[in-house]
Amino acid sequence: MTLAVTILPEPQLAALNAAYRQAVARKRLRLLAGAALFVAALVLAGIGAEVNLRTLFTYFGNFVSYFDRILTLENGQRVWTDIGEWLWGWRKWLKMLGETILISYVGTLMGAVVAFALNFFAAENTSPSPWLRFAVRRLLEFARTVPGIVFALIFVIAFGLGPMAGVLAIAIHSAGALGKLFAEIVENADMKPVEGIRSTGASWLSCMRFAVLPQVSAGYASYALLRFEINVREASVMGFVGAGGIGQELVVAIRKFYYSDVSAILLAIIVTVFLIDITTGWIRGHLFGREART
Amino acid sequence: MSRPPEVNTDELRVRYPNVFNRPASSRLATPAMIVIALAILVFGLIDLDFSPSRLIAGINQLGWITLMMIPPDPGTSLPIYLKALGETLSIALLGTTLAATFALPVSLLAARNVVPSGIFRFPVRRFLDSIRGVDTLIWALVWINVVGLGPFAGVLAIAVADFGAFGKLFSEAIEGADQKQVEGIRASGGSALHEIRFGLLPQVLPVIAGQVLYFIESNTRSATIIGIVGAGGIGLQLAEQIRVLEWQKVSFLILMILVAVAAIDWISGKLRFAIIGQRAVA
Repeated sequence: MTLAVTILPEPQLAALNAAYRQAVARKRLRLLAGAALFVAALVLAGIGAEVNLRTLFTYFGNFVSYFDRILTLENGQRVWTDIGEWLWGWRKWLKMLGETILISYVGTLMGAVVAFALNFFAAENTSPSPWLRFAVRRLLEFARTVPGIVFALIFVIAFGLGPMAGVLAIAIHSAGALGKLFAEIVENADMKPVEGIRSTGASWLSCMRFAVLPQVSAGYASYALLRFEINVREASVMGFVGAGGIGQELVVAIRKFYYSDVSAILLAIIVTVFLIDITTGWIRGHLFGREART
Repeated sequence: MSRPPEVNTDELRVRYPNVFNRPASSRLATPAMIVIALAILVFGLIDLDFSPSRLIAGINQLGWITLMMIPPDPGTSLPIYLKALGETLSIALLGTTLAATFALPVSLLAARNVVPSGIFRFPVRRFLDSIRGVDTLIWALVWINVVGLGPFAGVLAIAVADFGAFGKLFSEAIEGADQKQVEGIRASGGSALHEIRFGLLPQVLPVIAGQVLYFIESNTRSATIIGIVGAGGIGLQLAEQIRVLEWQKVSFLILMILVAVAAIDWISGKLRFAIIGQRAVA
């Protein structure tokens, strides 16, 4: 088989070439304009955020030496040479870590229950009336846009210092985030079973219970587990504003310059987050098959 | 209308034993899990000091606070708040850009199709994971120790915290890229760098751009709170006004945050569509 490449006659080719070059030039121009805008925004932001490269370079040594310091015991040795001395407070820290996990567990479960109660009203295909949907959506949006720690700050004043404020803050934030995700799952559900059940004269509640819920419950559980993972991280900083958990110990250690304690607590937090990530990932994979592991 | 056929339940029982006589393990699994979950919940409520009286007193207090928040009123501090909001947006933009710039090369090292050897990939991945395991607020505290109080510490905190997240997301995007282009470039004699520049990057850049925009949006949220520990932005004002119980100002600041986040959401949504077309990237 012979192949022939036909070369277009010169005038036709020139026109096409010119058009191509023009298209490329236009694309380049747009890219350049976009890049220029972006750089301008960055410069503005740099001024706004009081970026000072000189400070950074002068103090960058501090950043490195900070890690050097937190990895040094009071007697000047490296932390890993004397594990017992480094992790001297492990009983207390483990207890605080347990509290952190418990805060995120209780908070996630409460939030998930609220989200579960509200999500059918927020989903487009199951909501009984449009104004109710609008109201529930705005409520959920508010709950997830205000950062959890802001709720915690306010709750610490209302409920007093302690883990209660942290739990409630996490619950509200999780309700907002999960409510939206749950509603999206419901919107993707197959509506044929609902029609089938409605045709038997069932109420709205029975339609949700027997037609929608069986389709969506696995998705709910998967998202709730994912949220739990995120909330463990969030609960680890709730203590910064006095809302319980390991964060309280950490902020004290950082503010009082107990260097080796900082690294020990950080290590404990990282290990805990790892373990929770791995465990929930394993549970999700196990329960819902591989495709649910988003 | 025809009547439904008569159903002989006994016959159905015989025909579908799995439906009528499920083994006890599968029938009891869900209730058992619910009972365990509730038991842990009750234990947690007791352990974390939830008492009805505290709850009622707190909700009562919360009601008063909410009443005092109305109407939102900045008093005379509006210019300060606007400046703080600008600071917050700057922190989010700069932090995310810095993180993305540094994460791109590192994410190549963490991608299976660029670095096939697990021995090299493993430490990079665990490194990114440990950075990600530490919350932005903790990073903010660390950076405050280094460069002092102020928004610059916030920029660096967001940059570091997102570096971990971006590294992971980018490397996943790179692993999802089509290998055919890379093979084509290798076949024509391109070096490893050519493979990345002409084979991988054109495929992953739109995905990455979408993710970066999404993070600018979510970082606006994070940037509003790092001020609580003293790293600049609107969170600083918010924490201060909460501490001095100026509730009208607090509600005004919260409204400002909501509006700013909504605006950024809207803009970055538009930009994302413009960059990657209608395919939304999760």
